[in-house]
Amino acid sequence: MNAWDRFAATFLDTDVMARYLPDIAAGFATTVWLALLVVLAGLALGLALALLRSLRFRPLSALIVLHVDLFRALPPLVVIVLLYFAMPNAGWSPSGFVATWLALTLVLSAFAEEIFWGGILSVPKGQWEAARSTGLGFLATLTWVVLPQAIRVTIPPLTNRTIAITKGTALGSVVAVSEILASAQTAVSFSFNPSPLTLGAAAYVVLFFPVVLFGRWVETRFAWKR
Amino acid sequence: MQREPPVLSIRGLRKSFGATEVLRGIDLDVRPRELVFVIGPSGSGKSTLLRCCNRLEEPSDGSILFDGTDIRAPGTDINAVRRRIGMVFQSFNLYPHMTALGNVTLALRQVLKKPRREADEIAAAALARVGLADKQGAYPGELSGGQQQRVAIARALALEPKAVLFDEPTSALDPELVGSVLQVMRDLREAGMTMVVVSHEMGFARAAADRVVFMDQGEIVEEGPPAAIFGAPQHARTRAFVDQIVRH
Ligand SMILES: Nc1ncnc2c1ncn2[C@@H]1O[C@H](COP(=O)(O)OP(=O)(O)OP(=O)(O)O)[C@@H](O)[C@H]1O
Ligand SMILES: [Mg+2]
Repeated sequence: MNAWDRFAATFLDTDVMARYLPDIAAGFATTVWLALLVVLAGLALGLALALLRSLRFRPLSALIVLHVDLFRALPPLVVIVLLYFAMPNAGWSPSGFVATWLALTLVLSAFAEEIFWGGILSVPKGQWEAARSTGLGFLATLTWVVLPQAIRVTIPPLTNRTIAITKGTALGSVVAVSEILASAQTAVSFSFNPSPLTLGAAAYVVLFFPVVLFGRWVETRFAWKR
Repeated sequence: MQREPPVLSIRGLRKSFGATEVLRGIDLDVRPRELVFVIGPSGSGKSTLLRCCNRLEEPSDGSILFDGTDIRAPGTDINAVRRRIGMVFQSFNLYPHMTALGNVTLALRQVLKKPRREADEIAAAALARVGLADKQGAYPGELSGGQQQRVAIARALALEPKAVLFDEPTSALDPELVGSVLQVMRDLREAGMTMVVVSHEMGFARAAADRVVFMDQGEIVEEGPPAAIFGAPQHARTRAFVDQIVRH
């Protein structure tokens, strides 16, 4: 048996792969679902926080900054474990799925808030003044003048950050969420063969490669002449 | 004929930034169809004066009556006042993500709640008025500085303001583009628009201003017809300033 054959037998055992494909597929669906919920909730919460911060009401801004710094400092895994193992002591027992979703949402919201806020600040003061001088109110100015410009500069960092954090769905395997990695690990322990991990890796590529491409497309789409 | 009330009436206007008082009691009336030209050294408070008139800067003290409305009164809807005072900025401040037409229609649609077709028609007419009928679909990045400033003027005009404030409208322009903007302002004056213009364009002031106001250190030092201010200034500070700009 040469080296390649040994490698193939270990990581590319087609029988094993075929047997556990349905499990990995189920894990894939869970990961997609979890990632989608994290992206939607995390970006929405991040944007909402950035908008609240633009009111420049000191106490509120201080709370938002605290939230942002806290969840940027904590490793996502720590947040997941805290929610899953500590919250039951406070009378709330989230499932592994909910704990992972909430943890990643909070972390993404923190990074997203910072990126959105940076985008809002990057819009020159003169844009606000021009709009306000024509009688537009604060909200209308934010909606029609500032946000469209802010969003454009936030797209690249936001895409990168969103991809990085949604990959954290794999951390759900620690708290019994049967997403891709957990399904693959279970399959490995039953089959005594690591080929399901290869399948899992392929599943991640299938899932995130289009997302990365989408990010690129959005970047070019949102570029405009200054 | 009865004398019409001023469009803009400023009394005892003061403005401080922290400990520094930038406007120290300004009194100024601007009559209908009048073109008032404001000159003065850098930092004398010219921009701050204009910006107090639509409360982009919050005055510290004094009163400002615009078209009979006390704009500092607690119950005043400042957005309603602002849409009747046009403002043109040194740096144009066009919205870069919108076409020329979009720049002009935004307030028509969002503030005056005009339907799209009507807003487009008004905006097209405003752009035609500044000589840019063929640039409706152009983005600011595709226009020259002079064209951008004219779009900005059209944006202000489309709301049919009672007065337009210009803060150094040609200072950011290459010399060869200044003329096109001044021409638009001259046309506006012919059409009877009330205007307050902060600018260093002395030729334009001589030709078009009804009155020149000289500011220094937050005060109006002297005011009068252009010929008097430029030809025979009464105050030493005015004389020094006029000498200096005439030499340049
Ligand atoms: N937002 C601000 N905060 C603090 N100081 C300010 C602010 N805006 C203006 N000032 C100060 O107020 C003074 C008057 O400024 P202003 O812009 O009104 O002068 P100006 O006459 O328009 O000058 P320029 O010809 O250079 O445009 C300056 O000393 C300036 O530094
Ligand atoms: Mg100025």
